[in-house]
Amino acid sequence: MASYSTNEFRGGLKVLLDGDPCIILENEFVKPGKGQAFNRVKLRNLMSNRVWERTFKSGESLEAADVIDQDMEYLYTDGEFWHFMLTDGSFEQYPADAKAVGDALKWLKEQDVYTVTLYNGSPLSVTPPNFVELEVVDTDPGMKGDTAQGGSKPATLSTGAVVNVPLFITIGEVLKVDTRSGEYVSRVKSS
Amino acid sequence: MTREPVWQPSAAQAALKSRAQQLAFVRGFFAQRGVLEVETPVLGRCGVTDVNLDGIHAQVSAGSRTGGWLQTSPEYHMKRLLATGCGSIYQVSRVFRNGEQGRRHNPEFSMLEWYRVGFDDVALMEEVSDLVCGWLGCQRPVIIQYRDALERWAGIDPFSATDRELMRRCEQWLDTEQLADLGRDGCLDLLMSFAVEPNLGLDRPVFITGYPASQASLARISRSDGYEAAHRFELYIDGLELCNGYWELTDPKEQRLRFEADNELRRRSGKPEMAVDEAFLNALDQGLPGCAGVALGLDRLLMLKLGVQDIGEVLAFPFERA
Repeated sequence: MASYSTNEFRGGLKVLLDGDPCIILENEFVKPGKGQAFNRVKLRNLMSNRVWERTFKSGESLEAADVIDQDMEYLYTDGEFWHFMLTDGSFEQYPADAKAVGDALKWLKEQDVYTVTLYNGSPLSVTPPNFVELEVVDTDPGMKGDTAQGGSKPATLSTGAVVNVPLFITIGEVLKVDTRSGEYVSRVKSS
Repeated sequence: MTREPVWQPSAAQAALKSRAQQLAFVRGFFAQRGVLEVETPVLGRCGVTDVNLDGIHAQVSAGSRTGGWLQTSPEYHMKRLLATGCGSIYQVSRVFRNGEQGRRHNPEFSMLEWYRVGFDDVALMEEVSDLVCGWLGCQRPVIIQYRDALERWAGIDPFSATDRELMRRCEQWLDTEQLADLGRDGCLDLLMSFAVEPNLGLDRPVFITGYPASQASLARISRSDGYEAAHRFELYIDGLELCNGYWELTDPKEQRLRFEADNELRRRSGKPEMAVDEAFLNALDQGLPGCAGVALGLDRLLMLKLGVQDIGEVLAFPFERA
């Protein structure tokens, strides 16, 4: 595997540190005019999601981590693994465990496409698209003609996620939800 | 991944205007004091031996000469002029340092370098204050000894601490393996950068002076308090290193020894040795008048003037857009 020297460090670079794959968040070059140069680097450990701060002497290098992001379609779960399939026509499938799926679990809908991060060929994490469209399976009865009034109520979606929605939303409607904030965006016109 | 190159400058119009005003201010300052503006080569035959300065090698082929180096500072050429008896001189020039890039660094930058015949380090610090405070409108700097600064902010005496004590102090930032070949000065540089520098010049500008002899570079050394200290100073404002000055070494024998010591350090750290600039040493043989000299980063001075944190905000085209 290739390695990167400190002067190649930049945000987004994936490297191995203490045996774990990490992504570089920030790289600060520090050098007294006549003195030794250092790089102060912030990295996120992709296994633990912890942020590390490390100092390197300029010229040191880190091994590149075999980490790639792939678009994959979610297929099904067998209870232990969540199975994804590459969308490149290869039909290659990857099982992701609960740790890799993480918070994406509540946005997983069959046949939707997610970003699966592979480390040494195995799913390390799953990232949902910024917006997903999901059906309401449970909520208090809608209140017609009350659309102008503010106020909200919880609604349970087909994946089990619970989001706050306006009072007029009824069971069976499809909603657009922002997965980053977990907030309701709009109704999706039923076809 | 290929990204479309950006054609626009990264500095705002106002910053570019301020840059032009700064240049006019500098030229006015020296004209008033009768200091001669000079221009010396950006492309020289020799680079520098300094272990922490990496020049950029040039593939020049002209006349019977090939190779060359983009200069890391106009120092040697300017001292050759001084040896001719031209009197006090200054220069605004572009200098180059390989591998230096960040919020405060660009591999190519603007340097104001000047030499005052008959001045010592103390007199030159006064003049630096006149220039910097005249332009920034800041308070005049206080002077703090390097030793006091390290004791106060890093909790260690840079002169009396053993190598082992210094290394232990650095374990907060580096592990044992990284520290093994860092060396005494490397440890001191780390403490200076991480523990001391962020505290310097916050209330008012600070000159640090009295550097360890091992960090004298081209400055005279004298004994005080039982330790050898260099007549070298640096100015810090808002935690930003702005200039580096010396009461200049004029002894050619001592200078040659320092060049050789530099190359020894380069050998040990696996860096290529650099040819010693014999023309410069010949000029010292001829006789450099007693003088003090200083190099000041003009891009950083402009950053302070405009209160910006990134050098890209004061450069029309930083290297990533050049």
